Amino acid sequence: MANWVPLWLHKLGSPPIFYRFAGIVRPWALTLAILAAAVALYGGLVLAPADYQQGDAYRIIFIHVPSAWMSLFIYGAMAVAAFVGLVWRIKIAEIVAMESAPIGAAFTFITLVTGSLWGKPMWGTWWTWDARLTSELVLLFLYIGVIGLYHSFEDRRQGARAASFLVLIGIVNVPIVHFSVNWWYTLHQGSTVRLVGPSRIDASMLWPLLTMMAATKLYYVASLFARVRAELIASEGGKEWVRAIALGEDARS
Amino acid sequence: MSHFFAMGGYAFYVWTSFAVFFVVLLIDALAPIARRRRHLRQLRSRMARSEARRRPGTTA
Repeated sequence: MANWVPLWLHKLGSPPIFYRFAGIVRPWALTLAILAAAVALYGGLVLAPADYQQGDAYRIIFIHVPSAWMSLFIYGAMAVAAFVGLVWRIKIAEIVAMESAPIGAAFTFITLVTGSLWGKPMWGTWWTWDARLTSELVLLFLYIGVIGLYHSFEDRRQGARAASFLVLIGIVNVPIVHFSVNWWYTLHQGSTVRLVGPSRIDASMLWPLLTMMAATKLYYVASLFARVRAELIASEGGKEWVRAIALGEDARS
Repeated sequence: MSHFFAMGGYAFYVWTSFAVFFVVLLIDALAPIARRRRHLRQLRSRMARSEARRRPGTTA
């Protein structure tokens, strides 16, 4: 590894050190995620007023939009990890990429279902082949394809490499999802919250939305670390450090 | 309170959405915990078997 890489990052490439690090971070991330989600729900469901056009149905935004952001964010994180895993053959990076896929698929599924539940009362239809909806569905299929390809190999690392290639090819879909509302103006509305320029949403609705975004990010960290830990126990089962954990947890389980 | 649960007539859509969100993430959160426990249990029984092969007659 090049010497500009900081030592702590280099150390995290070691399975036992990553396992311990993930074990320390996970409960904190999960606790903060639950707290942030509770605050966001109170703000979004109780404090925020009803929308003047959509009434209370708009409140689906507080889970739909953060989930949609996560569906793209996790794909990006997965692609970075897949790239690092392919280029430097770092086992932890491969595992992070592969274990991100189910979480991304979960958020994409939530996005599609809540979008459908929002579309029925507002648009009058559960589903339409709008550009945003279609590209988000393609995203779900990409996640499922990555999971399927990974598990179709006898050798886990070979499967991870093949699936990592699919991850990198599929990244073309990410800008399509993001810009679809600008490129094809069909049914799905444009962005409400913008990084550049003022957001088209009142502050009383914006803060619960951003708090929920933080909660889903923290949840991703917690879920990812739990998954990486489970996978390390499985794939490093022959190693001394995993055997020590197995014996140490004998009394507790 | 019932006004809150009614969600202005959109109760079904709003509450189903939130239920889907929490149920899917709950499954996502529990699955790896169960998987880690299962792998540790399998590893322990594997270790016990190889120990029994190495020293026959001394199984715990």
